Amino acid sequence: MSASAPILEVRDLHVSYGSIAAVKGISFEVATGETVCLIGANGAGKTTTLKALARLLPAHGTLHFDGHSLLHRPAHELIGAGMTLVPEGRGIFARLTVAENLDMGAYCRSDRAGIDADRDRVFGLLPRLKERARQVAGTLSGGEQQMLAIGRALMSRPRLLLLDEPSMGLAPMMVQKVFEVIRSVAAQGVTILLVEQNARLALSVASRGYVMESGGITLSDSAPALLANPGVREAYLGE
Amino acid sequence: MKFRDKQPALYWCGVALVAIALIALPLVLTMVGTAWVRITNLAILFIFLALGLNIVVGFAGLLDLGYIAFYAVGAYVYALLASPHFGLHLPFWVILPIGAFFACVAGALLGAPTLRLRGDYLAIVTLGFGEIVRILINNLSSPFNITNGPKGITRIDPFQIGNLEFYNSDTWLGILFTGPAKYYYILLLILLAVIAINLRLQKSRIGRAWVAIREDEIAAKACGINTRNVKLLAFAMGASFGGIAGGMFSAIQGFVSPESFILHESIMVLSMVVLGGMGNVWGVIAGALLLSFVPELLRYTVEPAQQALFGQMLVDPEVLRMLIFGAALVLTMRFRPAGLWPESRHRQEFAGGATHE
Repeated sequence: MSASAPILEVRDLHVSYGSIAAVKGISFEVATGETVCLIGANGAGKTTTLKALARLLPAHGTLHFDGHSLLHRPAHELIGAGMTLVPEGRGIFARLTVAENLDMGAYCRSDRAGIDADRDRVFGLLPRLKERARQVAGTLSGGEQQMLAIGRALMSRPRLLLLDEPSMGLAPMMVQKVFEVIRSVAAQGVTILLVEQNARLALSVASRGYVMESGGITLSDSAPALLANPGVREAYLGE
Repeated sequence: MKFRDKQPALYWCGVALVAIALIALPLVLTMVGTAWVRITNLAILFIFLALGLNIVVGFAGLLDLGYIAFYAVGAYVYALLASPHFGLHLPFWVILPIGAFFACVAGALLGAPTLRLRGDYLAIVTLGFGEIVRILINNLSSPFNITNGPKGITRIDPFQIGNLEFYNSDTWLGILFTGPAKYYYILLLILLAVIAINLRLQKSRIGRAWVAIREDEIAAKACGINTRNVKLLAFAMGASFGGIAGGMFSAIQGFVSPESFILHESIMVLSMVVLGGMGNVWGVIAGALLLSFVPELLRYTVEPAQQALFGQMLVDPEVLRMLIFGAALVLTMRFRPAGLWPESRHRQEFAGGATHE
């Protein structure tokens, strides 16, 4: 909500799969401390945009994080720069324990004391994970796995968290719980870019939102304004 | 928690007993027949190979069906640098690292174009790579004769340390040490080092990165792992173990030819890793020992058994050997799908997960 300088600035971003253009020159920005969401239907290009940001897909355009261009940096360097992705479909390490998964999140850090403090912070935020610390991650429920994925990302102490479809494949009750977690992460001051099909939920945690449609951004406004927008209500809120 | 901390005296007694058994083994086997010492040496070479392949397949989860190619590279590097073929006779401690280096380069060469491949696709490419290396060795006899083609390279130098030669027998302290027995000791020493390296690797930062890639490559990238370099490292390190084993194979056999490096051998090593338990160093060693010794035991027992039971040979031992071998693999996969001695994580996975509270 504190509208300071943008930590993430995207200008005229193009991403294609071969000859098929999936993202056609979109521009948006995220300010420090903000929670911003990217909503839209299936195939609108939301996840593609996020993957391009995380450098998992080649892209063209301007991509500035914290004033530095990201476009030519490899995926594994982003975490060091302060940007961490929670991948679509969670992507936990199924055969490692919960604690080992969290430790992998801190793979690039060497400050033992800081890591221990952050692990405690994650366990405080997600007490379920603490109960299951020694359990193999593949045996967790879907919602717990999503929380673990978020917890693992927090272990890198990110300044910007990229969340890709955190509600995907979860029972409605679990979705609520995951979004409560996202809200508390945001409350701790982590900047969040959230990609989500469930527009109502996304707009309930975000302060601003962008609506994507067939590879372009068609609308951008504050979350309450989008929630009140008749077009959005009809197309994405099922009214 | 560990036995070592609870019962230190018992633990060290056990270690001492195992050490004495390992030291006495070739002397006892010599009494049975020198052939068994040779079989043991080959079994140790297969442990090297299985441990090397375990880095690629077990730790990093990259299915490699052409692993024997690195064994071939190591074997031929040794053969070319220590035989009358080129008239070079370098000492083995110079050649083994060179062989490891060349195998390492070959590993990176295989790894680089396959970085984006996984599973079935990777298996096919590595299978092709293994065959390319073998066919190359088979045909590099003209226009310049490098490998001597299918005829192979003969009269390869055995190991030699000062005046100590490894191909003949010596009697020290009234005990007869045959050539294979002497090789056994040097193999045992290198084996201990290789096991130590593998156990360290498994717990290291790199080891954790390999496991992360095995589990989920995108998530590994998101955790800041340079997946390209770490995968190349798995290929290169696995290959260099194969290269060292190949060099020793050359020296022990005194002869190499492309026939020793066929696809069947790659599959054999992979079976050792899978049967023993992917990712678990001790399981892989058990798998290698089992698959090395059981066929040999069968070779020596099947014929006499048939003669005694039926008074004639009904089934050729070679046929029966493969039959039993195959059946054993099928049964193992049916009843212990994670291998005989799996890595703890695999065990939990196949047992349907850890207990929920």
